[in-house]
Amino acid sequence: MDSILNYLFNDYIIQVATITGINIIMVLGLNLITGVTGQLSLGHAAFMSIGAYSSSIISIKLGAPFIVSLLAGTGFGALFGALLGVPILRLRGDYLAIATLGFGEIVRVVILNTPYLGGALGIYGIPPSTNLAITAFFVVFTIFFMYRLEKSRHGLAIRSIREDEIAAEMMGVNISKYKVLSFTIGSAFAGLGGALYAHFLSYINPIDFGFMKSIEQLCMLVLGGMGSITGAVFGSIVLSTVPEILRFASEYRMVTYGIVLILMMVFRPQGLFGKIKVNV
Amino acid sequence: MLEIILKQLLNGITVGSIYSLIALGYTMVYGIIKLINFAHGDIYMVGAFIGLIVATQLTSNFIVVIVVAMALTAILGVLVEKVAYKPVRNSSRISALISAIGASIFISNLVVLINGPQREAYPQIFPEINFVIGGITISFLQIFIILVSIALMFGLYYIVHNTKMGVAMRAVSQNMTTARLMGINSDKVISFTFAIGSSLAAAAGVLVGTYYRAVDPLMGLLFGLKAFVAAVLGGIGSIPGAMVGGLVLGLAEVMGVAFISPSFRDAIAFGILIFILIVKPSGLFGKATKEKV
Repeated sequence: MDSILNYLFNDYIIQVATITGINIIMVLGLNLITGVTGQLSLGHAAFMSIGAYSSSIISIKLGAPFIVSLLAGTGFGALFGALLGVPILRLRGDYLAIATLGFGEIVRVVILNTPYLGGALGIYGIPPSTNLAITAFFVVFTIFFMYRLEKSRHGLAIRSIREDEIAAEMMGVNISKYKVLSFTIGSAFAGLGGALYAHFLSYINPIDFGFMKSIEQLCMLVLGGMGSITGAVFGSIVLSTVPEILRFASEYRMVTYGIVLILMMVFRPQGLFGKIKVNV
Repeated sequence: MLEIILKQLLNGITVGSIYSLIALGYTMVYGIIKLINFAHGDIYMVGAFIGLIVATQLTSNFIVVIVVAMALTAILGVLVEKVAYKPVRNSSRISALISAIGASIFISNLVVLINGPQREAYPQIFPEINFVIGGITISFLQIFIILVSIALMFGLYYIVHNTKMGVAMRAVSQNMTTARLMGINSDKVISFTFAIGSSLAAAAGVLVGTYYRAVDPLMGLLFGLKAFVAAVLGGIGSIPGAMVGGLVLGLAEVMGVAFISPSFRDAIAFGILIFILIVKPSGLFGKATKEKV
């Protein structure tokens, strides 16, 4: 009896840890777009769903190996990020936020109404190839990649856009190029996260990737602190695990979520680890 | 064919005028404090629920139902502003936006806690009367919804253009600092704006309830977002823009459902949104703002 309990408990912890890792990867992608570049995106879950669906289709219908479907998910995330990024990154602040939100809703409705993608029933039987070790590897890779990117010359250019777009342009930074670049890379990581997610749960459904998912990812970023890799990781860990611990109070979970967001913005808008104030 | 088009035209105007009522709240708040009031859709939902409670528990007199719903929801709107928006008014835009999202999550889930997530049937406040004019069936309810919306919009127009508070609202939306220097109590004006916007949303909620005969605690998000699209379409910050935007959106949606496919109803609104943002971000009636260096 004890060993069964032990086994179940471990299994449960491994599941929560894997989901947490996947969230870290996606939130780091969002951090690049919103925290580092200063472009508020409310449609990050859309790129997650693009990654999840494209990798699942490639796995199931073409029988591609896991690594290929991961690359495909990442690639499709990047492709759509670039396709959306080029026209809408001329917009600023609130307008950009609304456009990304609108894009997220369109992706959801299109998936919901495409029989090839399973419609409202979703896709079953995706090979469950993601495990904790693979997720941990990609988490480390993502952190390393983001760290190197921020420290590089390109990272400096990207941060200058956040601080003052006009001044950055005056200094010869190609703003549109860097905005599209950051949006593409950020979306690629959302795609990677989505691909890992699909191959972990082996079942996906358009409802999983709605507006609330984008908000959840934004909350993780905001809680930790925008523009900070430590913050993004910390926020993802807290908001992925605390709801699990508080599962007995699940009825009150969302209400508490709302209160936490408001209190956070009133008393510590820069997040727990953030040093900078992002002005979007 | 013509009959179908006319019929859809009427449906579109009915839905569109409800969108307009909600869009007015978004546009007024944005005009004054440059904030997308994410909780507005949920305030509209609460308005519909208050209407439901009054109609089932107290009286089915429509005037009483709508007036009580508007008054109580106005108080709620002011409360939300005091708690969630006022403390972050001088923070960065993203902080205010996230606080608004927090308020939205809180309100909708509080109603879920109290009521449960299920749909509630709305009582039939009006007897079903249909007129047939030239082969087209027009329901009394549709005419009534359109007339109530028009009356409320004229009321708003009167307040904004002919009262002292209206002048103060316009002054604050032009430049809050200067308005304050001229002795306008901007806090009071902002509260008033929230009260008016929320009561219009409550009216829309009651109208939607009587039209679709059902309400649910999560209906605020999508309907609210679409009303927001209407506000952007008309040019956010512009009151006539919100009215026209609502009508255009309602018509586009109904026509899209009738002649393209009903399953893409929600994608139509957001497709219009992205198109407008790319082609003319300031909307139909909006003024293009210049970047301040």
